[in-house]
Amino acid sequence: MPSLLSFLLVAPSGLISLGAVDLAVIAIYFVVVLAIGFWLKNQARTGDDFFLAGREMTAWIAGLSFLSANLGSLELMGWAAAAYQYGIIASHWYWIGAIPAMLFLALVMMPFYYISKTHSVPGYLQLRFGEDSRALSAVSFGFMTVLMSGINMYSMALVMKVVLGWDINFSIWVSSITVAIYVALGGLRSAIFNEVLQFMLIWLGALVIPIVGLLEAGGWDGMVARIQQNWPGGDYTHAWSTLGSFTANPMGIHWTGIVLGLGWVISFGYWTTDFLVVQRVLSAKDLRAAKMAPIIGASFKMMVPFIVILPGLLGLAVLPFKLTGEDVAVATGGHSYNEVLPLMLARYCGPGLMGLGITALIAGFMSGMAGNVSAFATVWTYDIYRAFMKKDADDRHYVAMGRWCTILGVLVSIGTAYLVMQFKSIMDYVQALFSFFIAPLFGTVLLGMLWKRATPKGGFWGLLTGTGASIAMWAWVKADPSALRYIALSPNAKDMAENMYRALWSWIVCVLVTVVVSYLSKPKPESELVGLVYGCTEIPSEAHVPLMQRPVFWAAAVAVVFLILQIRFW
Amino acid sequence: MSFHDSKYSIWFFTGILLLIYGVLITGAGIYNYSGYGSRDIVLSELHIDLWWGLLLLVIGAIYCWFYLPARRK
Repeated sequence: MPSLLSFLLVAPSGLISLGAVDLAVIAIYFVVVLAIGFWLKNQARTGDDFFLAGREMTAWIAGLSFLSANLGSLELMGWAAAAYQYGIIASHWYWIGAIPAMLFLALVMMPFYYISKTHSVPGYLQLRFGEDSRALSAVSFGFMTVLMSGINMYSMALVMKVVLGWDINFSIWVSSITVAIYVALGGLRSAIFNEVLQFMLIWLGALVIPIVGLLEAGGWDGMVARIQQNWPGGDYTHAWSTLGSFTANPMGIHWTGIVLGLGWVISFGYWTTDFLVVQRVLSAKDLRAAKMAPIIGASFKMMVPFIVILPGLLGLAVLPFKLTGEDVAVATGGHSYNEVLPLMLARYCGPGLMGLGITALIAGFMSGMAGNVSAFATVWTYDIYRAFMKKDADDRHYVAMGRWCTILGVLVSIGTAYLVMQFKSIMDYVQALFSFFIAPLFGTVLLGMLWKRATPKGGFWGLLTGTGASIAMWAWVKADPSALRYIALSPNAKDMAENMYRALWSWIVCVLVTVVVSYLSKPKPESELVGLVYGCTEIPSEAHVPLMQRPVFWAAAVAVVFLILQIRFW
Repeated sequence: MSFHDSKYSIWFFTGILLLIYGVLITGAGIYNYSGYGSRDIVLSELHIDLWWGLLLLVIGAIYCWFYLPARRK
């Protein structure tokens, strides 16, 4: 291995150079995650073991994993960059764009997912609306998940090249093979356990920056004063007060887009119906643990801006140079917004701590990728392969299929990463495609759970037309940019604002079509809706449970802290 | 053997990893504190690596102690 070691140590053109102790920290991390995979190998023998971690996870493990699967390194670096660019408005993606939806999942939707004993979100649609809806959501989810995984893989390898000078091929293959091994060996349990470990590393690796950064800047007030001095005229430290018009904030977004588009449709769609995150909660050992898991996740999610948004704001305050967009940075040889987190890491972390910080980024990437491939393996095996190709095989056959599918998912992701390397515009298209399915799916699942009159035909056609409407709106703006004034209600809206409003319209289309078609078609008898729909399902009472152990109590506590944060940073 | 029969917990693995990291980073911190390492970082006089390494050591030791396989039998 001397050539590998020298290659890693030299880091020919990176932003940061690593020492031997940093490489030891990273290498030990890889050894431990693989060891966990081998340790759990013999405990993933049945389908429930492999795909649902035996449904025996505690609320804490399921909750931390639920959050960690979403805490990818691109998420960390991307939102730190967004904070540098847009200020504290970026926090909305962690606050109103997550907390209400996570609490809603815990208190309202989780009982139906859990009591129905479904193994996946498409599986719930099959129970509620039939095979057509399941097929549509399973195929779209499986397809998009591996493509997104590949895009994230490429982006991460690119980051490693820029930050550390590592070869792109090396980063792609080493990290993805590691994920493939530990998920294929131990299934969802291995993915979840590694996600818990990764959660700890992400926090302990990233927490140094805000703590030392605030010391340097002179606390919050000192940081705000420095930002005002460095960036006169800009308001980077108020989350709501600049959202009164599209032009008053650098994101070009209005509060209606944040509240209705992000806070309602996109957030609820992602956190309550994206199987990547819901799968973690389905692994909980009982209904109370399943309800507590998203609440525990929400309590930590609220705090993530401390390690993601605050470093971006600190960058505005203390960096002696200004960061720019990617194109300008390449042309001028400067640094781009996306480099703010590594730059802050390099500013405060010496040997050892630097290795821990880089390990946090790698851990973030691997937890996101493991989430993608384990969810893909479940949906492929149960909702496509078993449903439409081989219905009568035994449990061992499906577990074997799940293991092969994990490896296949990783290989397809690697293929996508190389495809993106050749045709970078694919990235924009696939990210847009992914968003097409989230908002309508939320409309379908929500009506399915809360309205017993919704029929199988209504569910299917609502989902299909909602998705179609989203694609049509996206294509319309691509073909005629002036159409933005109709989709996003303003010609000044930026890409993010367009996404918010497109999601809102497609959700409305989905709901309207589902309602109209449901009234025109025959509903299922109530006896077939038991365990699936509100009003037909007996939810276990918690009256006998002490107050401090009730999910609703902790959800209320999280909601209060959430409101205090909004007021404090208004 | 079901998973719950296992005497090892994920928190024990977490403790082991943090303990190892604590030793490495504390060691690097002591090395830097002694004036051998390069100190081209901001606020290097705070010796954050030394303190952070000790924090990891303490957290790792607590996890290892509470989730020690021998205590779960």
